[in-house]
Amino acid sequence: MESWRRNPLFFWIVGLPPTLWLVLFFLVPLGLIWLFSFSDKRGIIDIELTWTLANYARSLEWLYLEIFLKSFWMAGATTVIALLVGFPIAFAISFAPPKAKPWLLLLIILPFWTNLLIRTYALIAVLRSRGFVNFGLEWLWDQGNWVLSLAGLGGYQLLGERFEPLELLYNNFAVVFGLVYVFLPFMVLPLYAALDRLDRSYIEASLDLGAGQLRSFFSVVVPMAKAGVVSGVIITFIPALGSFLQSDLLGGPDSQIIANVIERQFKSANDWPYGAALSFILMYLTFFALALRAVLSRGNRDAEGL
Amino acid sequence: MKKYRMPRLNRRSFLAGTGAVAAGLTLPRFGHAAEEPVVNFYNWDTYIGETTLDDFQDATGIEVKMDLFADNDELFAKLKEGNPGYDLIVPTNDFTERMILAGMLQPLDHGMIPNFANVSEAFQDAEFDPKRKYSMPYMWGTMGIGYRKSRVDGVPDSWEWVFDSDKYAGRIAWLSESGTMMGIALKYLGYSLNATDPAEIAAAEALLIKQKPNLKVIAEDNGQDLLLSGEVDLAIEWNGDILQVQEEDDDLAYVVPKEGSLVWQDTLAIPTGAPHPENAHKLINYLLDAEAGAAIADFIQYATPNQAARELMDAAYRENPSIFPSDQTLAKCEAQIYAGEDRQRLINDAWTRIQAA
Repeated sequence: MESWRRNPLFFWIVGLPPTLWLVLFFLVPLGLIWLFSFSDKRGIIDIELTWTLANYARSLEWLYLEIFLKSFWMAGATTVIALLVGFPIAFAISFAPPKAKPWLLLLIILPFWTNLLIRTYALIAVLRSRGFVNFGLEWLWDQGNWVLSLAGLGGYQLLGERFEPLELLYNNFAVVFGLVYVFLPFMVLPLYAALDRLDRSYIEASLDLGAGQLRSFFSVVVPMAKAGVVSGVIITFIPALGSFLQSDLLGGPDSQIIANVIERQFKSANDWPYGAALSFILMYLTFFALALRAVLSRGNRDAEGL
Repeated sequence: MKKYRMPRLNRRSFLAGTGAVAAGLTLPRFGHAAEEPVVNFYNWDTYIGETTLDDFQDATGIEVKMDLFADNDELFAKLKEGNPGYDLIVPTNDFTERMILAGMLQPLDHGMIPNFANVSEAFQDAEFDPKRKYSMPYMWGTMGIGYRKSRVDGVPDSWEWVFDSDKYAGRIAWLSESGTMMGIALKYLGYSLNATDPAEIAAAEALLIKQKPNLKVIAEDNGQDLLLSGEVDLAIEWNGDILQVQEEDDDLAYVVPKEGSLVWQDTLAIPTGAPHPENAHKLINYLLDAEAGAAIADFIQYATPNQAARELMDAAYRENPSIFPSDQTLAKCEAQIYAGEDRQRLINDAWTRIQAA
């Protein structure tokens, strides 16, 4: 099966299209945006490459740093919640009967078959003041009053004079909720992949040797699923950081995150160089986090003598 | 009797799917100019009369191939790197201006557009296009306040209710468009919509930041839906969007505040490099015809700048305050003009700070 190595023609035929694709449609556009970030805007459509650092300097103003911090906070909250919700789901699926597994996984993947925009609009219908959640609560409120009036307490208005809908939409809660909803499958799938490969005999050994269920879970299962946790966290956190749709549609007056600012630079503000600089800062930070993780995990391995 | 109308799509919102072609084939007539009898028209969705293009073909033998765009950004992006073959486009005034400054439009031959005489005097000239050298007016409209009559005291005919009062706290939606919002805030403070003085812009910023706690949401051009579903009772929106929901709910209304507002204008223009400029002129002239113009206005229900066409329309259209604000109010309205990169940045930085506040 090594023969393809000795057949350069075959190698090129197979290898060239994806390489060309990567270069033409990924690296070249990315390179252009990178050049934009060092350019100056001259008038309405003219952009001149001057190797200026002004765009980056502008990003370091406190106003934008604050927005960066807020974005990291929101993406971080999203990731933590997705992990807390996703881990039990992945754990349950990996212990489900083999026949049920594909169906359960299908349920996780199913939302992907609907367009993101439509799913987000559906959330609006669920969360708004006259949405399904509040309709449900109002129904409960009515029932509660009915029960109270049966008990002869109807006149006291124990549940309040009238039903007050919960303000679930147009705030930061709604944005994080929307992000978790959209990115949960990104968390569940790598966790499932890690948990499914896990050698069950370790758990049995732990239980046999006297550790309780909880201790076995935290001392055995979690450490062994670490690789899945790390990749789940990364592929949830990074897109959550760059997602502007949720804060646009579900957010309130104070839900602006850096992705919204970037989007605006490319559209209404018509300032591509600055938008490019902001997106690259986001990308540098992400690379930095990934590199840091690589260094840290290597340090761990050295310490453990592996 | 009211004629049946197709439900109008929101012209300014994102529309999926483009690419419609005018139907109807008749044999080309002979004896026309050297140009082949075709004109490539790049237009908004649902923004032409039902039979306008067929009628034009019957009258001139020129076939119109219409392609659709969803917003100005799309139109601009498509033509930015060179004209892919369009003869006639419909940019909104601020983009018309941008395209003129960038050399993306070619001057019109007014001799070929005698129907320009039909255009009302107010639209015969424009600040963004002096002497109408590059563009003809097609339709226009305003920015104002859409509101729910039963939940608001009287007519909220001042920007005060959305910018400078807590009377309707938690029931207000703004629009997420930096230039527009800063412009009308400047207007409320008595400055020009296009003010460039940093102190005036700062005053508008302070006004909006102070009002922010009273907001429900800064909407993505879906204020009309928020009104319709009862999420808010006052929304800053385009008149066309509010008109659309008024048809579904009698309790909704629209007003242009007395301090004046933003007035927009969609224009007919020929991009440089158009393959059939002569046919494009003929189509422009046809669209400015009184009867053709009236048929379009009747179908799409936007305000026509065509005086002769307006006179042919019924009172329900001519006197609809959501379509035509009073002359007095209109006199205080301004169109957005491009005032340079420095101003652009001041406005956008202010808007970022407002949203972050």
